[in-house]
Amino acid sequence: MIYNEDFETLPREVLETLQLKRLQQVAQRVYHTVGFYKKTFDKAGVQPDDIKTLPDIKRLPFTTKQDLRDNYPFGLFAAPMSSVVRLHASSGTTGRAIVVGYTKRDIDTWSELMARCFVAAGLTKNDIIHNAYGYGLFTGGLGAHYGAEKLGASVIPMSGGNTKRQIMILQDFGPTAICCTPSYALNLAERGSAMGVDMRALKLRVGIFGAEPWSEKMRDEIENKMNLAALNIYGLSEVMGPGVSMECMEGRYGMHVFEDHFIVEVINPETGETLPYGEEGELVFTTITKEAFPLVRYRTRDISRLIAEPCRCGRSHIRMDRVTGRSDDMLIIRGVNVFPSQIEAVLIGVTGLEPHYQLIVDRVGTMDTLEVQVEVSEQAFANADEVRFLQNLEKALAKDLKDYLGVTAKIKLVEPKSLQRFEGKASRVIDKRKM
Amino acid sequence: MKVEQISIFLENKPGALESVMRLLKDADINIRSLSLADTADFGILRLIVNDTNKALRVLNDNGLRVSRTSVVAVEVPDRPGGLHSILAVLAQQGINVEYLYAFIEKSGENAVIIFRFDSLDDAVDVLLKNGFTVLPGERLYSF
Repeated sequence: MIYNEDFETLPREVLETLQLKRLQQVAQRVYHTVGFYKKTFDKAGVQPDDIKTLPDIKRLPFTTKQDLRDNYPFGLFAAPMSSVVRLHASSGTTGRAIVVGYTKRDIDTWSELMARCFVAAGLTKNDIIHNAYGYGLFTGGLGAHYGAEKLGASVIPMSGGNTKRQIMILQDFGPTAICCTPSYALNLAERGSAMGVDMRALKLRVGIFGAEPWSEKMRDEIENKMNLAALNIYGLSEVMGPGVSMECMEGRYGMHVFEDHFIVEVINPETGETLPYGEEGELVFTTITKEAFPLVRYRTRDISRLIAEPCRCGRSHIRMDRVTGRSDDMLIIRGVNVFPSQIEAVLIGVTGLEPHYQLIVDRVGTMDTLEVQVEVSEQAFANADEVRFLQNLEKALAKDLKDYLGVTAKIKLVEPKSLQRFEGKASRVIDKRKM
Repeated sequence: MKVEQISIFLENKPGALESVMRLLKDADINIRSLSLADTADFGILRLIVNDTNKALRVLNDNGLRVSRTSVVAVEVPDRPGGLHSILAVLAQQGINVEYLYAFIEKSGENAVIIFRFDSLDDAVDVLLKNGFTVLPGERLYSF
């Protein structure tokens, strides 16, 4: 099934003509309304008028996450605040978070794209959707919510956490579809079974899982434990939120990028050179319809590849493969994006802790765990030799990590010099998870 | 009237205590008294030794996180209610005990208890006024 057949099945030449027209408009608009883009375009020696063909996009400069941070909070907005109806933000301490805005039309577009995702997953207005993505500054909850309403389905705005209650509602309300991270789906399945609930007998028939990397092996596991069809969805707040691309039920291989709204490229992360279809590299997105927060050639740091072969579902939009990794050190822990540098900023903020630290990421059962090992500093130990003082330090650190970054971590104080010292770029992460 | 104490941060792992003891042994330092406070992940080892400065230097040079704190050594009558008689006075005066541990040797007929107070000078005043014997550090280092 296809939600917007006109646009989702456009013949490639027509689609590309539309993309070019929209790209030219967006290049003009950002150049003339956002100081940052005028500066970077000028520096790259390119003017909006230079975009004459679609491949000319390569002449435009990249935009990076650091650029977004440098312009915190609203520096890259291309619409006045009076036209902005919604703000979302990534986690992070002041200046390290990323803020995105949406006009009314942006919200309508996003809702439609999420509705397209649901329909690609075989859902209709007769479905009940259990939405366990977090509501709030994170784009997952509200993004999926608006899409479900746009479709006319019944949405249960569950948000994250409170697993027992989620299981009760899964039994009592009988939702036919669920949205959450794949690891949370496994967690629900295991907790449900432990509570004596037959998780295979629920009415769920479809799961739409995203916000973290997962594997075909996990897909099999979820499908077995919950007796549903598990589909992959992709998105990121900077580009829009969930619903940038979605797997279709017919193909169940690769996620269709909604190309009437986004131009996707894959580049070599080292050289920045655009790679041909099929080759693995870093995903780069340009938004071509967004009003409040347009992005030109945004480097996602997500590693994937594009699949040009037509899909049996009839959509003409190109597919992207599963995200297999990152070209930077970002960690995704229970769906929350965290950079070691953000954790470091929190450590420095808590008095007395010098930033000799190591992050141990693991998966216990189905849940990701983060342990932050921090060396006890001389100052921290000189002032007081009492256990409660050090325990308070641990608590303060755990609280700040939760408050600023939204991530639950176990803090472990360690002896000085017990952590490896690194030359140059530190690799402070030990990721023991096996997908 | 104060006694110098060394505190050492230790991870809760096999060999942590052993390596500290080996360093002290090699430096020919004698431990007069000790206590170990522990949590699931870490512990704080507190020592009174015969040569505080040397011990601090050796431990510090070997990368251990150490600090110097002052504690009070008080003679306690070695009979039922002995410790209570001290604590009763402290409680009455509103003085909080952060932690305490027993000294290994006796002072004549009395036991010796090591106290850590947040307001150390006040505590010493109260103890002396109430007729308790507070031992100087030198007595303990070379008992």
